Amino acid sequence: MEKRVTFSKWTIGILFAVPQLFLIFTFFYWPAGQAVYWSLTLQQPWGGGNIWVGLDNFRSILSNADYWNSITASLIFAGISTGLAMFIALVLAALTDRQLAGSRLYRVVLIWPYGIAAPALALAFRFILAPEAGFMAVVNQFWPGFWDPGLDGADAMASIIIAFSWKYVGYNFIFFLAAFQAIPRSQIEAAAMDGSGVIRRFWDIQFPLITPTIFFLLVINITESFQDSFGIVDIMTSGGPANATNLMVYKIYSDGFKGLDYSGAAAQSIILMLLIIVLTIFQFRFIERRVHYR
Amino acid sequence: MTIIKRGLAALAAGALSSALAVPAFAEPVKFDFWFGLSGDLARVVDTLCKNFNASQKDYEVVCTSQGNYDATLQNTIAAFRAGKQPTVVQVYDVGTATMMLSGAYKPADKLMEENGYKIDYSDYFPGIARYYATSKGEMLSFPFNSSTALMYWNKDAFAKIGKTEAPKTWEDVGADLKALKDAGYDCPMAINISGNESWQIMEQFSAIHDQPIASKNNGYDGLDARLEMNKTKFVQYVTDLKKWYDAGLIKIKSKDLGQDMVQAFATGTCQVIMTSVGDHGTVGKTQKEGMNWDVAELPVYAGTERKNSLVGGASLWVLSGKSDAEYKGAAAFLNFIHDPKTALFWSTNTGYIPVTKSGFEYMKSSGFYDKAPYKGREVAIASLTASEPTDITRGIRLGNFTQIRAEFGTQMQAIFANKESVQDGIDTLVKNGDAILDRFQQTYPNKTLP
Repeated sequence: MEKRVTFSKWTIGILFAVPQLFLIFTFFYWPAGQAVYWSLTLQQPWGGGNIWVGLDNFRSILSNADYWNSITASLIFAGISTGLAMFIALVLAALTDRQLAGSRLYRVVLIWPYGIAAPALALAFRFILAPEAGFMAVVNQFWPGFWDPGLDGADAMASIIIAFSWKYVGYNFIFFLAAFQAIPRSQIEAAAMDGSGVIRRFWDIQFPLITPTIFFLLVINITESFQDSFGIVDIMTSGGPANATNLMVYKIYSDGFKGLDYSGAAAQSIILMLLIIVLTIFQFRFIERRVHYR
Repeated sequence: MTIIKRGLAALAAGALSSALAVPAFAEPVKFDFWFGLSGDLARVVDTLCKNFNASQKDYEVVCTSQGNYDATLQNTIAAFRAGKQPTVVQVYDVGTATMMLSGAYKPADKLMEENGYKIDYSDYFPGIARYYATSKGEMLSFPFNSSTALMYWNKDAFAKIGKTEAPKTWEDVGADLKALKDAGYDCPMAINISGNESWQIMEQFSAIHDQPIASKNNGYDGLDARLEMNKTKFVQYVTDLKKWYDAGLIKIKSKDLGQDMVQAFATGTCQVIMTSVGDHGTVGKTQKEGMNWDVAELPVYAGTERKNSLVGGASLWVLSGKSDAEYKGAAAFLNFIHDPKTALFWSTNTGYIPVTKSGFEYMKSSGFYDKAPYKGREVAIASLTASEPTDITRGIRLGNFTQIRAEFGTQMQAIFANKESVQDGIDTLVKNGDAILDRFQQTYPNKTLP
């Protein structure tokens, strides 16, 4: 006689899932639903009442030039910082994987930046990149007016990209290194015996084999660059100069909490959520095709 | 195990001792006070609270710093929505309109009357009282920390160009800055152009020159007020500032760039700044050894009849939904703060000015203003009382003014980076600011300012 534990009814399965569903509902669907409701009303900040306005909030946001400027800034920020953070991490991980002198030290040290909270890191970079007091002051001495994040939007954008990338290099590095080390040594040794050089082995063997990791990091980096940039922007530029670094997530904060416009901020966060969903679907639909999962 | 045992023992001992020490009189009524000052100023507030608690036995105020003004308002709103609001909260000047429409407060004058305290409201400096009063003159909140903007000038640098007095007109400022530059000073004057400096560059300037920021008497007469500074002397002022900046007479100094303007002045790097009298103490404490400096009222354009400058700072609001006992405590606390002796303590330990005439007189008579480092702070009172407040100089009552200040910073940055002309930039400021006011008005339909 065969002994097997089965659940006769699907309800028992559901029962087991209930705690998890409950948590997801409480901490995700319920607040998200609340945000959708707020975005369709005008909320009085002190809770005195609200008025149903339908899609008016979305209409006024999408017809606002500043908001489109904020979307553009966010996309530029996401594109450049993701590219920079992933490229540098990839190179560092490839070098560490080759067991060059000191690679054991790098393996530990390169992970640290990710452990630093964004505001602390931003404070450090604010000092490093300050045009009058920090490292860049030296550059400005030789080339007056070269670096001025206080008035030049491009310089300010560059500062937050540098700070954000610096943090995510550490994060990406861990994953890249793990991916490299998962590649069987024998394959690389075989290629080496066949006479292929370091670069050749990288492109023909290692790179194709780590594409799943690259894809994963691409999705994570882009998503995080939309969300985790807040602390850096808040400390380094406050969205300025002249809105040049007013990224979507920062605009949500300043409109919602400083401006007490809860409804407008809720509508903006719905748009941000949709944008991230679309970007992620796009990546899964078109980029994932090129990923080899062995 | 031992830790647990010890913990239990301690608990038992604690319970025993508190049981033994049952007081003969009732426990004092506790109530919360949230404020938005931090660092040195927060320590002074804490001392103030301790002094109040020591001064009587019936009430105990629990004072909690929320870090800054913005956070205090945000946290209070969140707490209010959850029904856990503090009894007394410090709200900054530009949050006044938002508070008035919130329906979440207990009018301060009523509170004092109900609890038997007689406050002479005419004792407040009119420039301060009217900023926080309703259009009918009722005090909904109590002025607390108050300041106004002054011009700080380096006497040593001005001596080099043969001047012994601060410039009184903007025309003189232009000439003096030029002279300072020619005398070899790299940074004659420092300004910053973020949202925070809206206060001295736009709001104080407009008040002193009796120019409106917005229609409807700066918003006092209705939520349908809209911005007007693109048609006032303010345009000329920004044009001049930009001209001086282009000529190298003005430098932009901010913390993000490495040095803020107060530091730039205190170290002798820059010779003139405009900032709050609240920075008077900081400059004194951090100044370069032996540097001679003084403060003066903000200049006006030649031929302008000077009006009173605006008060800055915050007032104390009592929130609704608390028990009678807590309100009694709050009233006692507000009465304590109103006392001239508290005013002396408060102004000595901070740079803030006394808010009542009796407080000012008391401080004058005790010799506070006669010697360094406090000498010069009386200029702030002179500036605030330069005239009887007009309909425009009593203050600014606009919804979500914090966002309009942020917009000021954005457009000033665009102007100074040559992205927009002065007029275009200020026009955009008005357009975007009006959108903020539109939204505020829509959020509070059928409501009027008290």
